[in-house]
Amino acid sequence: MQSSKDFDLSRRTVLVGATASAAIAAAPAGAHAKQAGEPALSKFSLKVNGTAHQLELDLRTSLLDALREHLHLTGTKKGCDHGQCGACTVLVNGRRINSCLTLAVMHDGDEIKTIEGLGTPDRLHPMQAAFVKHDGYQCGYCTPGQICSAVAVLDEIKAGIPSHVTADLNAQPQLNATELRERMSGNICRCGAYSNIVDAITDVAGSQA
Amino acid sequence: MKSFTYERAQSPADAAAAAARTEGAKFIAGGTNLLDLMKLEIETPTHLIDVNALALDKIEATPDGGLRIGALVRNTDLAADARVRRDYAVLSRALLAGASGQLRNKATTAGNLLQRTRCPYFYDTNQPCNKRLPGSGCAAIGGFSRQHAIVGTSKACIATHPSDMAVAMRVLDATVDTVQPDGKTRSIALDDFYRLPGETPHIETTLTKGELITAVTLPKPVGGTQIYRKVRDRASYAFALVSVAAIVQRDGSGRVAMGGVAHRPWHVAAADSEIPRGARAVTARLLADAATTHENAFKVKLAERTLAAVLAKAKG
Ligand SMILES: Cc1cc2nc3c(=O)[nH]c(=O)nc-3n(C[C@H](O)[C@H](O)[C@H](O)COP(=O)(O)OP(=O)(O)OC[C@H]3O[C@@H](n4cnc5c(N)ncnc54)[C@H](O)[C@@H]3O)c2cc1C
Ligand code: SF4
Repeated sequence: MQSSKDFDLSRRTVLVGATASAAIAAAPAGAHAKQAGEPALSKFSLKVNGTAHQLELDLRTSLLDALREHLHLTGTKKGCDHGQCGACTVLVNGRRINSCLTLAVMHDGDEIKTIEGLGTPDRLHPMQAAFVKHDGYQCGYCTPGQICSAVAVLDEIKAGIPSHVTADLNAQPQLNATELRERMSGNICRCGAYSNIVDAITDVAGSQA
Repeated sequence: MKSFTYERAQSPADAAAAAARTEGAKFIAGGTNLLDLMKLEIETPTHLIDVNALALDKIEATPDGGLRIGALVRNTDLAADARVRRDYAVLSRALLAGASGQLRNKATTAGNLLQRTRCPYFYDTNQPCNKRLPGSGCAAIGGFSRQHAIVGTSKACIATHPSDMAVAMRVLDATVDTVQPDGKTRSIALDDFYRLPGETPHIETTLTKGELITAVTLPKPVGGTQIYRKVRDRASYAFALVSVAAIVQRDGSGRVAMGGVAHRPWHVAAADSEIPRGARAVTARLLADAATTHENAFKVKLAERTLAAVLAKAKG
């Protein structure tokens, strides 16, 4: 598992117990039973929310773990860790991906944007503000992934990328609830805030139009 | 996850040579299937060859009017390509019916072809599975087999191939272009690319050790009404129970391939000639040798009805 000095304990005093056990669950299984010899390390750089970072990490580190455990950007969440839930969605060179299913080392030199880079508590991104306004969450765990995904969805529609529900493949895709639901299907919300999420995205789309 | 070493390939031929030279090596492209399986220690490569820097990310016209799709073209970009949307709509539709927006942004053409089965016993390392551990048995036979194959199965394995894209590629008569470790290139018709499980379900394609996919080539457009219909347990973001890729011409002739029913995209030439006679006649040929379990017998009817819906839609 990651060495404990990598955890910013001061920010998490109350959560130390929970954090530590989450970290054990999150650590790659093989890392506990390290065979003879150290795991292979690799040096690379990531540009995250505008800041360049030099990293030297176990090759097995996912982009998600690099962001959370090493750069302490804990806004991006680990849900299933298998690309099924979308909680780990970030923007890489402007495109949304699941950060859990990619190795950090494969992103040497890439520009990553996480929820922390979209807006701040005093200067919310319009999508963040709309999620607050429309109550697009309950527990909030999936929200960073939902918001990153939603921002990308509006760009994808603008770029003319069709979806499964687009009736005419050769026309500019429409911006409607059916399209948004399909395009957001890679982000699961176990509280079921879906209809408010669609309202929030529709609101932002309307004000951008 | 087991530890591994890592390199970035500089050219397709170097990548193939490195993969043949290094025991336990695997290529990694989008990583969306390989890393999933590595986390579960179902795949345990000791060396990863990252192919993402290879210039295989273009879609180019071929001299005979077809399209050559680079191995690294992302599923999103392939589905959105104007030529694909216009001339190979069944491919766009199949891609858009698969996975999620995030995954399609990463998933590559070659990686999609080579994604492994979603058989739950293949994923459960506590269960016997001939595909994961040759000789250990098949937990799906006699187990939960609702998702499993109904044609082309063997006593060793009844898994399906999960790709939607591959079903469309099959109905479009695509070929897979490769480079081998000695630098020689070859083209493999998709029909010859995937193997049936037989006694060796762990060997899924006719690729040889180290062979790298460089592109998938589509022949010149055949026109017609192109439809991909996927039936699944929820409206989005789920694998197919049954899927139909069809190209139907104005004169009523056409071709059909099915997904979710076999270890590879399922196509039977003799079934195509039955298309003017309707879904029942086609399915009778296509699934003639069906061997179902009590849990997946419904797929035969489902396949026929899905095809009937597709043919009705094609008639307009
Ligand atoms: C939650 C979830 C839902 C999904 N739903 C669907 C769905 O509904 N329909 C569907 O079709 N798919 C679905 N997928 C699967 C997805 O389409 C695949 O994971 C993806 O296409 C794999 O592409 P990749 O580039 O990420 O492959 P990788 O994971 O990088 O590689 C897969 C395999 O291909 C090999 N490989 C990669 N490139 C080459 C090359 N150039 N030459 C030779 N070998 C190569 C690798 O060694 C590896 O064995 C889903 C996946 C997830 C995680
Ligand atoms: S059906 Fe194939 S993949 Fe599934 S358990 Fe049997 S051998 Fe393994």
